Amino acid sequence: MPKKIRVLIAKPGLDGHDRGAKVVARALRDAGMEVIYTGLRQTPEDIVEAAIQEDVDAIGLSSLSGAHMTLFPAVVQLLRKRKAGDIIVVAGGIIPEEDVPKLKKAGIRMVFGPGTPLREIVAFFEKAGKGA
Amino acid sequence: MRNADERRGLEKERKRWEETTLKDALKVLPERRKEFLTTSSRTVKRLYTPLDIADKPSVDRLGAPGEFPFTRGIHPTMYRGRLWTMRMFAGYGSAEDTNERFKYLIAHGETGLSVAFDMPTLYGYDTDDAEAKGEFGTCGVAVSSLEDMKILFDGIDVGEVSTSMTINSPASVIWAMYLAMAEERGASWSTLRGTIQNDILKEYQAQKEWIFPPEPSMRLVVDTFEFGSAQVPQWNTISISGYHIREAGATAAQELAFTLANGMEYVRWGIDRGLAVDDFAPRLSFFFNAHNDLFEELAKYRAARRIWAREMRDTFGAKNPRSWLLRFHTQTAGVSLTAQQPEVNIVRTTVQALAAVLGGTQSLHTNAYDEAYQVPNEKAARIALRTQQILAHESGVANTVDPLGGSYFLEALTDELEEDAYRYFDRISGLGGVIPAIRKGFFQQEIANSAYRYQREIEDGERTIVGVNDFTVDEQSEVEPLRVSEASFRGQLERLRRIRRVRDAKKHARALDRLRAGCEGDENTMPLILDAVRAKATLGEICDVMREVFGVWEEPLLY
Repeated sequence: MPKKIRVLIAKPGLDGHDRGAKVVARALRDAGMEVIYTGLRQTPEDIVEAAIQEDVDAIGLSSLSGAHMTLFPAVVQLLRKRKAGDIIVVAGGIIPEEDVPKLKKAGIRMVFGPGTPLREIVAFFEKAGKGA
Repeated sequence: MRNADERRGLEKERKRWEETTLKDALKVLPERRKEFLTTSSRTVKRLYTPLDIADKPSVDRLGAPGEFPFTRGIHPTMYRGRLWTMRMFAGYGSAEDTNERFKYLIAHGETGLSVAFDMPTLYGYDTDDAEAKGEFGTCGVAVSSLEDMKILFDGIDVGEVSTSMTINSPASVIWAMYLAMAEERGASWSTLRGTIQNDILKEYQAQKEWIFPPEPSMRLVVDTFEFGSAQVPQWNTISISGYHIREAGATAAQELAFTLANGMEYVRWGIDRGLAVDDFAPRLSFFFNAHNDLFEELAKYRAARRIWAREMRDTFGAKNPRSWLLRFHTQTAGVSLTAQQPEVNIVRTTVQALAAVLGGTQSLHTNAYDEAYQVPNEKAARIALRTQQILAHESGVANTVDPLGGSYFLEALTDELEEDAYRYFDRISGLGGVIPAIRKGFFQQEIANSAYRYQREIEDGERTIVGVNDFTVDEQSEVEPLRVSEASFRGQLERLRRIRRVRDAKKHARALDRLRAGCEGDENTMPLILDAVRAKATLGEICDVMREVFGVWEEPLLY
């Protein structure tokens, strides 16, 4: 049996909006992945520590509070510092269009905006988990 | 109550129609789907007739407007006497930025204020706290000090306007800042009107902006009930909120049931403190969502009024009819707004606002079309306010009381939602009550399950969302961005530094020590918080004292 894809779904910062993160976590689990949900109010350090401990293939970051430009790139930088830059980082939430290229440049592989179909997100993680 | 003969007659007539006219029509044109569902996945029947409400004595269930059980409205004339308060939720950046927005909204006809605070403020952190990194002013205004509160209401007559503040865990601190600000301006507390949300239970269940564990949090809430009824008699010391429960994914029935269950929990805590129910119950207010499904929403508001009136009178023994009234604010459903074709959100919001008005709301916030992207820009906020003005002045729906009362469909749906709520009350009791159910993750799991089902329905095409899974266009949405300025951030940091530098350090330390001792004991914390605020203690400093004494909440992890 092939190894299950392991994903960490994380809520960085103070944002309490967890509906989207939970729905995505469940969709990934239903698609056969191992999903670890961090819960709320995680610092970038907490998230990176959990990702390394749990040996995940990918991290999904969710924020709807507008703090994404501060918090998301910090996660990528810390991963690189901890020699875990191979963990793929993607993001979702309320993220203005003009921030997307900046986030991608900072190492966020993909940004899923509001209304993205779950199957698109699942497909992305499946591909990412196979080392694409 | 219909007699048996009449009922048999109706049943016979119904059967005849089904076997002739309906049957023929279905042969020619079958229905579009096998099952028709509300936004909350409730099955809706083809037709509602007197048979659906026949066994219910309508006087007991409906009453007259302004009379028990208030199904048709809390006031005998409703909007013929006074329109609902048009209260737009606003806040971003610094106190100066938001003060400007308030004045803009007032100039365009808004009739009440509603403050949105930023994330650090909601969690009881000052702007310069390490935890606040990146969050300044993005989701609302930063208020870290009495100074900020003064700037926020600069040039606004607080003795005249009513102000609602969406603040929960640190509600008593923010309220103390408002009261101290009014005091400095010479406005008597007895004239102040407004609301603090102060509904911590739904924070654990849905909105998730909690600080302390449930028991000390409930104590702080009851402290405000006690203080308010003695000192600020026109203030609503709580707004028991279903809004966030719904936004997090709940169905209409869950929103109704969980909100009212929470409401009754606050009443129990007030009574346990030794307060007379009629001393604080008239100051309890409510806050509901207005989602897409017009009739379901409308039924929810009517059922809420009926349940609350009955529970307050019969279960809690309230004698004052004002204690029986469920007065509520409504906000249209932020979660229903789409990032795709955002202008279409104006239409969604209109339908939702219509439900709130037909449902007899006391005040209303209409969302702006750009809110799937950001806190609204000025033009978007103005259009949202105009939407209410059109309903009030052009649509004609405010001309009569409870215009849809008596609709077979609406009355049947109202009854159904009421029954659903009582089923949930039983389940919650079975778990040991609201707080034990929170600890077990009951509400959280129920809400997450509903959210997931709703999303699946969209994925599977069982539910159409215009512009998202059907009627899509391939174009980039154009929304004028609203950015919090760097200058506002720097100004706020500088203000905090100055406050800490110039205040009387001894007085400040003494006030915080007194507060700590008070929190460790069991006296009412409000006067101590007020003294700390007067001694220029910041929000973060006051909440740090409470964090030390009360500890912080860790939520059960589930999805």
